[in-house]
Amino acid sequence: MYTEKVLDHFSNPRNMGEVEGANGVGMVGNAKCGDIMQMFIKVNDDEIIEEVGFKTFGCGAAIATSSMATELIKGKSIDEALTLTNAAVVEALEGLPPVKIHCSVLAEEAVKSAIDDYRKRKEENK
Amino acid sequence: MMKVYLDNAATTALSKEALESMMPYLTQVHGNPSSFHSFGRNARSAVEKAREQVANAIGALPEEIIFTGGGTESDNTVIMGTAQRLKDRGNHIITTAVEHHAVLHPCEELEKRGFEVTYLEVDEFGAVSPEQVEAAIKDNTILVTIMFANNEVGTIMPIAQIGEICRKHNVWFHTDAVQAVGHVPVNVKEMNIDMLSLSAHKFHGPKGIGALYVKKGIRLPSLIMGGAQEKNRRAGTENVAAIVGMGTAIELAVANMENSTQKMLTLRDRLMNGIESRISEVKLNGHRTNRLPNNVNYSIKYIEGEGILLHLDLNGVAASSGSACTSGSLDPSHVLLAMGLTHEVAHGSVRLTLSESNTEEEIDYALNVLEKAVTTLRAMSPLYNK
Ligand SMILES: Cc1ncc(COP(=O)(O)O)c(C=O)c1O
Ligand code: FES
Repeated sequence: MYTEKVLDHFSNPRNMGEVEGANGVGMVGNAKCGDIMQMFIKVNDDEIIEEVGFKTFGCGAAIATSSMATELIKGKSIDEALTLTNAAVVEALEGLPPVKIHCSVLAEEAVKSAIDDYRKRKEENK
Repeated sequence: MMKVYLDNAATTALSKEALESMMPYLTQVHGNPSSFHSFGRNARSAVEKAREQVANAIGALPEEIIFTGGGTESDNTVIMGTAQRLKDRGNHIITTAVEHHAVLHPCEELEKRGFEVTYLEVDEFGAVSPEQVEAAIKDNTILVTIMFANNEVGTIMPIAQIGEICRKHNVWFHTDAVQAVGHVPVNVKEMNIDMLSLSAHKFHGPKGIGALYVKKGIRLPSLIMGGAQEKNRRAGTENVAAIVGMGTAIELAVANMENSTQKMLTLRDRLMNGIESRISEVKLNGHRTNRLPNNVNYSIKYIEGEGILLHLDLNGVAASSGSACTSGSLDPSHVLLAMGLTHEVAHGSVRLTLSESNTEEEIDYALNVLEKAVTTLRAMSPLYNK
């Protein structure tokens, strides 16, 4: 039911784990099936995402979309990263079964939540 | 890569003996059992021999056996048929919260049509007590339908005691014995069972064929309307080869039961001991001893079931899970929830179901794969902090 790409990201997840010195951390939950995704970003002074990591409690699609999302935002500016959509993640994975689309929404939300956190922290440190 | 099939509660492999007995009815004997001529009579005698085999396996009379298209059809026939037949006597049905959807969905349909259904709650192991059943019976109760053994956690219900209570109160008693027949002793007379559903593909027979036992004296309307087959109890030309295969499979399953149970119990213990000694923070779902000999079901904390299944599958091991993520409906297993598991713990459940042809080598391989999968997924889990 999953594409080769999904299985690849599931079996060999990219950027898995916490990021040392992360300055933005987001955690989102899926109301639909009760899954949880955590996203860690380390943003440099030029507002570029230097490092990114994820932790996920969820299905194969949730793990693969987390992994793919981190690849898609790594090295990007936070403004670029904010334009990431779940559709783009799904496309990069060469598709997901219809019942699994909601899992990719979690990845988009996790990225946004990590960036939100980064901005909040920056605001507070001003 | 080693291939290990540990999903025998979903379906089993067709046995060589069953296949061989079916072959003549796929290649030579093609008559319609309802036909008058010799072609038809040959097919008819094969069907009637299988009817005896099925009847003998559960302590019934041949004329009490109706062939159906499987467990689902048998369950539907009983529930919809009883409602239609006894609607003037009452409109109350008693069942449990942990039945298969083949029972739950017709019950829900009847609720929409004005029937009242009591879904008995289960204990932490997934069982109901005979006392609960007795307390739920009312003047307008027309049917008690309670599964013999649960398909997810393997818990065996106190069927003989429930049968006794239903007999005492003169209420029809049906049991969905799809997971039990061929695996644990079943006797409809000794256990006071009025109606029983069984399905061939759970005991190494073919798929898409099953039977319904209906005690002599009970008359149910046919769910499928048409010809006069099965003495007007189930229309449609019989699936002769499948019926023959089911007859062979059920006879073998019952004859070998003691032997195969011993084999599976040894394997089951090896698997359970392996899981409990090699993986931390696991919870056995169901009862430690009062369960089907082929069923193993654990919740593995901090991780989700579909991920476990994927890792197993990528390494050749077939299993199943009660996780929301594998259900299609995005709700975790109703059985695990009814047993009081939280969503999170139900999420991490994995079911491994054995057959007698599994080997110790296969169990050890599956344990290795499972242990690795758990380590990988826990390292990824935001809930796991060790
Ligand atoms: C307890 C139970 N009832 C009913 C069924 C349905 O049987 P069948 O697949 O033959 O329709 C199954 C099998 O999935 C089952 O496990
Ligand atoms: S995270 Fe539950 S279905 Fe994908």
